[in-house]
Amino acid sequence: MIPELGHFALILAFALAVAQSIFPLIGAARGDPVLMRVGATTAVGQFLFVLLAFAALVYGFVVNDFSVHYTASNSNTTLPLQYRIAATWGGHEGSALLWTLVLAGWAAAITRFSRHLPQDFVARVLGVMGLVSIGFLAFLLFTSNPFERLFPTPPDGRSLNPLLQDVGMVLHPPFLYLGYVGFSVVFAFALAALLGGRLDAAWARWSRPWTTLAWVFLTLGVALGSFWAYYELGWGGWWFWDPVENASFIPWLVGTALIHSLAVTERRGAFKGWTLLLAIFTFSLSLVGMFLVRSGVLTSVHAFATDPLRGTFVLVFLGIVVGGALLLFASRAHRIGLGGSFDLVSRESMLLLNNVMLTVAAGSVLLGTLYPLVLDALGAGKISVGPPYFDTVFIPLMVPAMFLIGVGPMARWKKATLPDLATRLRWAFAAGVVTALLVPFAMGAWKTSVSLAILLAAWIAASSIAGLVERLRQSRCPGVLGKFADIPRNYYGMLLAHIGVAVFIAGATLVKGYETEKDVRMSVGNTIEVGGYDFRLDRLSQVKGPNYTAVRGDVSVTRNGRAVTTMYPEKRTYDNQKNPMTEAAIDWGFVRDLYVAFGEPLDPKTWAVRIYHKPFVELIWVGWLLMSLGGLLAVFDRRYRVTANKPQTAPVPSPLLLDSGTAGAR
Amino acid sequence: MKPRTTPRAVIESAQSMIRMLLAAAAFALLPLFGMANTAAPLAADPVLERRLMTLAGELRCLVCQNQTLAESNAELAVDLRNEIREQMQRGATDQDVIAYLVARYGDFVLYRPPLKASTLLLWSGPGLLLLAGIGFLARTLVRRRAYGVRAPLSPEAHARARELLGAGTVEDPS
Repeated sequence: MIPELGHFALILAFALAVAQSIFPLIGAARGDPVLMRVGATTAVGQFLFVLLAFAALVYGFVVNDFSVHYTASNSNTTLPLQYRIAATWGGHEGSALLWTLVLAGWAAAITRFSRHLPQDFVARVLGVMGLVSIGFLAFLLFTSNPFERLFPTPPDGRSLNPLLQDVGMVLHPPFLYLGYVGFSVVFAFALAALLGGRLDAAWARWSRPWTTLAWVFLTLGVALGSFWAYYELGWGGWWFWDPVENASFIPWLVGTALIHSLAVTERRGAFKGWTLLLAIFTFSLSLVGMFLVRSGVLTSVHAFATDPLRGTFVLVFLGIVVGGALLLFASRAHRIGLGGSFDLVSRESMLLLNNVMLTVAAGSVLLGTLYPLVLDALGAGKISVGPPYFDTVFIPLMVPAMFLIGVGPMARWKKATLPDLATRLRWAFAAGVVTALLVPFAMGAWKTSVSLAILLAAWIAASSIAGLVERLRQSRCPGVLGKFADIPRNYYGMLLAHIGVAVFIAGATLVKGYETEKDVRMSVGNTIEVGGYDFRLDRLSQVKGPNYTAVRGDVSVTRNGRAVTTMYPEKRTYDNQKNPMTEAAIDWGFVRDLYVAFGEPLDPKTWAVRIYHKPFVELIWVGWLLMSLGGLLAVFDRRYRVTANKPQTAPVPSPLLLDSGTAGAR
Repeated sequence: MKPRTTPRAVIESAQSMIRMLLAAAAFALLPLFGMANTAAPLAADPVLERRLMTLAGELRCLVCQNQTLAESNAELAVDLRNEIREQMQRGATDQDVIAYLVARYGDFVLYRPPLKASTLLLWSGPGLLLLAGIGFLARTLVRRRAYGVRAPLSPEAHARARELLGAGTVEDPS
């Protein structure tokens, strides 16, 4: 009964999505406030029905209702409750439902937080989101119904992939989807602007918090995925350039370009067309990611060919979304103004260069990800494109962009001069050079590549601080605290995010340059020294988990004779699986991680053991966390709230797509 | 494999034999130094093992979803690593090993695709994208500058803007 309720709720949501996409758009075109108001009602209604459907699916997992095909193939009775709930989005149909729920949630949030925006604009935004929703709901109902029944009902279900039974898997997909789908908001804002002909600084200001929030979620999602791979996959890496990872990283790169381009559009009215294109592409690339992951092309092009329904659906949907959006863009592009002029050296030109580099990098990653698929589909041979390719291509493209992080925020809008920049940044550069020379020595070995990367990281951090100091000096507020409070939150947000990039570079470089790895054979009583720590295998025992049995080692760690910790690496065999899984033991620390993973048994009492000493590896995720915190700080900047609380009394001079050189100067 | 008689190969195989002998000697002597409890390295020859793993890090485990030969513990991966290890011990260079694997499994085994007609676009693509990007950038900058020169703000407009903004100074909004 409950699954049928869920199915029915989805059908109702679909009907509401159709209404949401038709009436507000007609209303906005005709200036009919009653029709426009339908948008908010249907968006909230749709959200509630999708939520109901989602709750029905979760309920099925909680009570082990194996009469539902999806539940039976993704869960079983031995699975602990929290993983049964997470198993809701562990498979294809459930992910698609979560995706749809998130989309409806964003639309409902717009109705709640965009009341101060012009009614016709909100109506168009909701209409566009309704159109996207139709696609998602149709995908669910016609190709991926999660509520399909299974007869005869099996006594127990199949197990969830053990790799996914982890808190990382509980959190990673929701955050990723919040980010992916969150970009549908700025996509809808862009199309609404094109439809309504309103594309001014105010438009950019309305879009910014939504875009940044989506970016924050995507950043956290990517970081969680990387973190999960690090501690769960058991071979100590944190990024593998796997196509699935790339599918989330490509929209992240373009989304990062977008939030920078939006800043220029808001401040200076420039890059309007470019910002619109980026908004369209960021969401489209999120859909490409969905196509890659969901169609099965990654496992094999031929898997897609044998069950082409889902893949074809997404591909057609993608074509409609991208094609429609670009067509609309092309038909209106000639009316988009240039905005404020700027010089060859200016903050605008540097942000444009940043955009070019980020977009080229995203394009290259996309090329490397799709190339083997296309080649295979054409029958031109099977090749693999992996980490060596991406490292070769990606890093050189990123270095100039990262260098610019130091210069861009210091450059003046409109016109900057290089000598002036050089003077203001000389101390930051000196600090960078000194750090780059000292760090390798502190780490105990000179490595040129490490030194260069540390130069980049220290340069970003030092120039960020130099920028802050300059702002504090310019502030006319009395008192030190007053000066700090005078600076807007989105400036702090930018600093934090940029320093996050520096911290990430430092972590990634130091661990690559100075990690120690030892592969040894260990039986009880054996010791081994790795990175200055002594590891001793004290005991081997059999342990029984809720749905697995494991061999567990007690490994005591000492440093110069002093006890540091005891670690418990495991080799787990899950009840429904054949291959044993490695559960690495990690001793977390700010300056280093210790990592012990069991390989295979060499004889009943001896194991192959891999031990790592990974200096500063956690800076990688601290960096990503700082980036997302910075984004969050910017979302809550005062000026977005001021406009939010103040209804539009003062008429905004509305230069309807007017090519106005002063659009950005508020 | 053809028997190799180049001087380099001879030297390399001699080196690896010496390394093995040293490792064996060290292993035999361990008890004398009271270090019997030190865990033995998994590989008989750590230097060769490092070389093996570096190479295996660029090769694909053919039966895995998407894993390098170095990371995987699948049966085929372990067998292949043993095969490569043996070849290296016999003095094969990295190129020899790669040639052997490509002959057996095709380019699919290489995570760094070789440059050939079918991969030309893959390797030149990022460069072409960069050129297009720089072209776009240059065009925009030139247009912007021309646009700025063409429409300079007249003193009257400037005064009016100042008046509208209500302040004597225009702060740098950043």
